[in-house]
Amino acid sequence: MLIARLFVAAAVTLGSVSLADAKTLRWASQGDALTLDPHSQNEGPTSAMNAHVYEPLISRDPSLAKVPALAVSWKPIEPDTWEFKLRPGVRFSDGTPFSAADVVFSYNRALAPSSDFRAYISSIKEVKAVDGLTVHIVTDGPNPILPDYTTSILIMSKVWSEKHNVTKPQSFKDKEETFAVRNAMGTGPYVVKQRDPDVKTVMEKNPTYWGAANFPGYPDELVYTPIKEPATRVAALISGQVDFVLDAPLQDIARIKQTPGLKTEETAQVRTIFLGLDMGSAELKYSDVKGKNPFADPRVRQAMYQAIDINAIKAKVMRNFAAPAGLVTAPGVHGYTKELDQRLKYDVAAARKLMADAGYPTGFAVTLDCPNDRYNNDEQICQAVTGMLAQIGIKVDLQARSKTLHFPKLQKKDSSFYLLGWGVPTLDSHYVFTFLYQTNDAAKKVGGWNYTGYSNPRMDALTDSILKEIDPVKRDQMIAEAWALAVADMPYLPLHHQLIVWSMSDKVTIPIFANDSPNFKYATIK
Amino acid sequence: MLAFIVSRLLQSLAVMLAVAFLCFVLFNFVGDPVNNMVGQEASPAERAEMRRELGLEDSVAVQFARFLGNALSGNFGKSYRLARPVSDLIVERMPATLELVAVAALLALSMGIPLGVLTALRRHTVDSAALMTFSLAGVAMPTFVIGILLIYVFSVECKGWAPALGLPADWCFPSFGRGETVKLGWWNSGLVTAAGLKAIVLPAFTLSLFQMTLVLRLVRSQMLEVLRTDYIKFARARGLTNRAVHFRHALKNTLLPVITVIGLQVGGLIAFSIITETVFQWPGMGQLFIQSVQFADIPVMAAYLVMVSLIFVTINFFVDLLYAAIDPRLRLDRARLGTAGG
Repeated sequence: MLIARLFVAAAVTLGSVSLADAKTLRWASQGDALTLDPHSQNEGPTSAMNAHVYEPLISRDPSLAKVPALAVSWKPIEPDTWEFKLRPGVRFSDGTPFSAADVVFSYNRALAPSSDFRAYISSIKEVKAVDGLTVHIVTDGPNPILPDYTTSILIMSKVWSEKHNVTKPQSFKDKEETFAVRNAMGTGPYVVKQRDPDVKTVMEKNPTYWGAANFPGYPDELVYTPIKEPATRVAALISGQVDFVLDAPLQDIARIKQTPGLKTEETAQVRTIFLGLDMGSAELKYSDVKGKNPFADPRVRQAMYQAIDINAIKAKVMRNFAAPAGLVTAPGVHGYTKELDQRLKYDVAAARKLMADAGYPTGFAVTLDCPNDRYNNDEQICQAVTGMLAQIGIKVDLQARSKTLHFPKLQKKDSSFYLLGWGVPTLDSHYVFTFLYQTNDAAKKVGGWNYTGYSNPRMDALTDSILKEIDPVKRDQMIAEAWALAVADMPYLPLHHQLIVWSMSDKVTIPIFANDSPNFKYATIK
Repeated sequence: MLAFIVSRLLQSLAVMLAVAFLCFVLFNFVGDPVNNMVGQEASPAERAEMRRELGLEDSVAVQFARFLGNALSGNFGKSYRLARPVSDLIVERMPATLELVAVAALLALSMGIPLGVLTALRRHTVDSAALMTFSLAGVAMPTFVIGILLIYVFSVECKGWAPALGLPADWCFPSFGRGETVKLGWWNSGLVTAAGLKAIVLPAFTLSLFQMTLVLRLVRSQMLEVLRTDYIKFARARGLTNRAVHFRHALKNTLLPVITVIGLQVGGLIAFSIITETVFQWPGMGQLFIQSVQFADIPVMAAYLVMVSLIFVTINFFVDLLYAAIDPRLRLDRARLGTAGG
């Protein structure tokens, strides 16, 4: 047909997109960084993007071990003081030299009320510049894991920030957008060349980067495009329009692996998915059991645990991209051990007996609150759990909601039974205990995500001591005791550790990070 | 006439107010943006403070009044998600959507009208039957299926079949984005670069398919009706050529309803571009809206919905005026009603 021929001819004459430079890495993921201001949003993709321009004192290598970045060494000099020796000869990408004054400035900025990193470093009392290349950080008591927290605090230039009037992180009280939202200038491997939020971000090699010699062959240019629609993201990778996709949907991984010229990298993510049970209330808010709380009975919790066939969830729901968990923390976190991470056996008969012993031979009804856009296949996990619990007579009314509704509901303590996932940015067990297991206490600012009503004085005391204990052997003993307690008391039913899969062209090598934050200075392009 | 215009304007204003208020009531159900705005380490007190700071603790009525007051002075607030003024965001995203809609409308007309004429004139041929089947698919298939299908054929699988057909290897279409854009003043245009033109083909075709088939079917049925009328018979009797009969006399008389329909559909194209924009990662207003919904970014959602309803109301207003100008009976009736009511 003439029309079809015309259409083809017109399409041919439209010409071609010029092929990208060999040393350009084009990548995509679901959501863009929210801002380039390094202290304004404590959110994964935002921090990952900003860490290419700004650097912390200590950074993490692909195995998540701490490696020197702007600090070359660090040690405690008093129980409550850490000394950081800074890297000499570093310059910001605008040419100004980096010094202790920038560190003091940046930490004070990260401690400002409008900073989203305040909670991270709330133990810091003072940051002092001793000389041009030495900084002392004083905390309100001993803090053995302060170096872990510094990996999240990115360093800005004091001069640049003052010049552009961005000495405080963007706040919602500000009427206008601040300069730092779309502009960035740091010591890192890249400089921002173009920033169109939600559309395209282009970064170029920073010519003055101190570490250029340590990372041979990293890409000259990064072109980032957020692609919201999963199918489009995969299509872009398969058709060769991007070289790297951070978050391909699990059901498409097999297809990607089969495609010539593409490969995947996978690792266990530092994030564990589990179910929380309101075991503290006198009566469950969303249940047909009145006058008492079935979840307060350890036999009921254990029965529910043993009724969940985690291998079926792993195979059918997660397409094997999950590792069954017995512990509410993932490998890679300090304090995790393989021995502790063992599940109770899946045994429906034993579970039925436990239910009968507890006085619920015919079960009961309860509502399960579940997010549907937060974790990998979260709603399907809840659907599977609903079916499995029916085997022991527990009639689950599943309520799946968007994360914008799910989390506020939890925070109002308005749930009897819920699904939650927990990542550990500090890679230390203390972070898990203080948020999930310590008694929920707003005044003490602990137990902020413990919506189970679980409260064990021994656990509270251990968590407080782990925070301050400097002696590593004693500290590890306490962590082990706390984990044993957590497993025995069972306020949560662990499900699995998420696996993450990065998909890429076989022309690029990108080491995978278990925290799901790519760092392209470790990447190379053929 | 003036009374009529005034009454229509007042009605439009009432519609806008109603839309804005309904939006605000709905926002109570999209959830809490604060959770997305602070890290997981933030304490309950910090969250509560932020909610208070944003005015989310106030009643819907208070929030609505504040929104109206600000909107009247042209201030739609700042996006919770991107920390930038909403008006800047919308102005930045508008060119992408308007270019997409314009190209889609153009495609719908430039393909729908000739194809409609063709199918009307060659009623019993194989290509007409094929076209009619295709048009049925265009009306029935959801936009996201068409989009994904086009991506699959013209950018993923294309790498295989394009070279086989002797086309250059880079002939295939991009599966996402706007290609290269050029800033013309504040207008960020993708229509002036080769890569940009190439990038708009698939999304514009996807968006236009529904309207295209609508036009096709409309032109066809109008044309068939007109071809049966006496003046066409007389024209033929006068010995005019087929070409003159079909295009000078018949087509001209079918176009009036088509143009009316398309005018009304442009508002729909803007509103429905949301899906096309999501599938093709087209950085327009629709995509901005979808992302805002997921974040519960209320200022952006409010501004977007008010803007889309403004477009609809404006178009309807002018269509009403046009009809009134054409049909004097309507004008008189409405005017009397308008003065009686006012």
